[in-house]
Amino acid sequence: MGEPSLRILLVDQNAARAAILEEGLREAGLRDITIVRETQGLLRRIVDLDPDVIFIDLENPHRDVLEQMFQVSRTVRRPIAMFVDQADTETIRAAIESGVGAYVVDGLRKERVKTILDTAVGHFNMFNRMRDELERVQRQLEDRKLIERAKGILMKERALSESDAYAMLRKAAMNENRRIVDIARSIVSTMGLPK
Amino acid sequence: MSGGAPAKITVGFIPLLDCACIVAALEQGFARGEGLELALVRETSWANIRDRLIIGHFDAAHLLGPMAVAATLGIGHLQVPVIAPFALGLGGNAITVSNALWQAMRKAGATLGGHPRLQGSALAQVIRARSQADARSARGEESPLTFGMVYPFSCHNYELRYWLAAVGIDPDRDVRLVVIPPPFLVDAMRAGQIDGFCVGEPWNSVAVAAGVGTIVTPTTAIWPHSPEKVLGCRASWAQENGPKLDALVRALYRAAVWCEDPANHADLAHMLAAPRYIGAPAELLHAALANALPLAPGAAPTMLTDFYVSARHHATFPWVSHAMWFHAQMIRWGQIQPAPAHAPAVRDTYRPDIYRRALAPLHVDVPAHDMKAERFFDDSVFEPAVDYDL
Repeated sequence: MGEPSLRILLVDQNAARAAILEEGLREAGLRDITIVRETQGLLRRIVDLDPDVIFIDLENPHRDVLEQMFQVSRTVRRPIAMFVDQADTETIRAAIESGVGAYVVDGLRKERVKTILDTAVGHFNMFNRMRDELERVQRQLEDRKLIERAKGILMKERALSESDAYAMLRKAAMNENRRIVDIARSIVSTMGLPK
Repeated sequence: MSGGAPAKITVGFIPLLDCACIVAALEQGFARGEGLELALVRETSWANIRDRLIIGHFDAAHLLGPMAVAATLGIGHLQVPVIAPFALGLGGNAITVSNALWQAMRKAGATLGGHPRLQGSALAQVIRARSQADARSARGEESPLTFGMVYPFSCHNYELRYWLAAVGIDPDRDVRLVVIPPPFLVDAMRAGQIDGFCVGEPWNSVAVAAGVGTIVTPTTAIWPHSPEKVLGCRASWAQENGPKLDALVRALYRAAVWCEDPANHADLAHMLAAPRYIGAPAELLHAALANALPLAPGAAPTMLTDFYVSARHHATFPWVSHAMWFHAQMIRWGQIQPAPAHAPAVRDTYRPDIYRRALAPLHVDVPAHDMKAERFFDDSVFEPAVDYDL
C-alpha cells in the first residue's frame, strides 16, 4: 500500500471478542495490533504505545479514561478524538450499536480510517450474533434439561411412562396457555422443596 | 400529557446518588401520573451516555452539566446541540484523600471538617515539602500527588481545580489529575494509585466506610449551592417533543420534592440501593440524603449544610449562569479557545424557559431571572454580566 502500518490498540475485557476483531484486522492487512485486557494504568499504556486508532468495548467503564485524552494534555503527544467530522454520524451510530467506541488520531486519511472502522463494526456485530446464538442454544439446552427432570419426577411420583409424563406436561401447557418448559420449571421447583 | 396510551421516554443514567429524582419519578409513579412510561437504562460511562443520547438511543439522560455545554460546542466530539431544561439537584460531591495524605495534611494544619482554605493551605504545604524532597533526592524524579476525578467535562474536575488553584496549587503542574470511573476510585486509593479524588456520593462515604480515605471537604463548601447533574436531551428532540418533555420535567420536579422530604429518605435509600440502580449500601445513601456523613473512618457523622439538595433553594432550576461558569472553566483550563461566537450557544444550552413553561400548571415558585451571581469560598464572585466576557 506504500503507507506506514497503523498502530492499533484494542481495549476489551472479552478475550473471545478481542480475538475475533484482531483476526479481522489482520485479514485487512493491519499487523501492528495490541490488545489490552487489564485496564489498570490505561492512560499510561496508551501514552507508551502511541496508537493511531483505539477501540474500546462499550461495556467497559474505563472508556471515560480515554475521553481524558480529548483535552489538551501534556501527557499525550498527538491529539486523539472520537470523530470530529459531522459526516461521521452514521459511522458513529453503527459503531455504538455494535458495541464499540473508536478513537482516531487527528490527521489520518479518512478513507483509511473508514475501512478500519467498518472492519471493527463488522466483527463486533459478528461477535454479537455468535453470542446471541450461543445464548439461544444454551437456553434450549437448559429448557430440555428442565423438561427431562420434570418428566422424571412425574414418572416417579405418578408411576407414568416417559411418553405419558410428557403428554401430561404438554396437556397442562395447552390448558394453561403456558410453555411446556414453564410447567416443567414449576414442577421441578415445587418438588425441590422439602416436604 | 392526557388521554391515550402512556408516552414512552427512554432515559439513561449512571449509578450515582443524584439519579435519585429520575428513579423516584418512575418508582413513585410521578412519571405515570404525567402520562409517561419511563424506561431507565443504567450505563457504565459518561461517554456511553453522551453517544447514546446523541444517536437517539436515549430521549433524555442523567448528564454532567458541563457535558451538555461540551456537546453543544462540539469539544473533542461531534457537535450536537444538547439542552438542559432541568437540574437534578445541587451538590453531593466531596474531595477525599488517602489516610497517608490526610495524616500529612493534619500535621500541616488541616482539621476534620475544616474550611476549604485551611485544608487547601495544608495540602499546599504538603506539596511544597514533597517537591523539595524530590529536588534533594539523587534521582530528582517527579512524583506529584495524583487526584482522580470522573470526567474532563465535569463539575468535579472544575471544583477540584478551582479549589487547588485558589490555594496556590497549579492543577496541571503541582498535581496529576486522572480520570477514573467512580466505582474504581476507592480501589485505586487503597492500591496507592491515587492520593485523593473528587466524586459524588456514595463514593466518598464508601471510601470512609472502607477505612481507606478521609473527606477533606464537601465541594459545597468550595462553591455553596453548586450545581451537579442535569437532565440532558437533544435540542432537536426537545423541539419535536415539547409536551412530552414538559411532562417529564413536571414528573421530575414532583420527584425532587418527594426525594427531599426526610420522611421519604429511608424508602428512597432502599430503592436506590437496588443493584439495578446504584447498588450501594442503603445506609450510606441514607446518610448522604440526610446530609450527615462520617468524614473519617470511625468518626461520628458531621452535619453538612445543604450538602445534597434535591428541591429547595431552586435546586432544579437550570441557571444559565452555571453553563457560563462551566464554559469559563473550559477556557481557563485550556479545553477550548475563547470565542465570542460560543457565548450565545452556551447560554442556549440551559433552558429556564422550558422549565418555566413545563411547571406553569403547578403554580410553584420559580426564579424570575435566568442568571445569578455565583459565590465561592475564596470570596470571589462570578458575576455573569461582568465576568463572562469572551
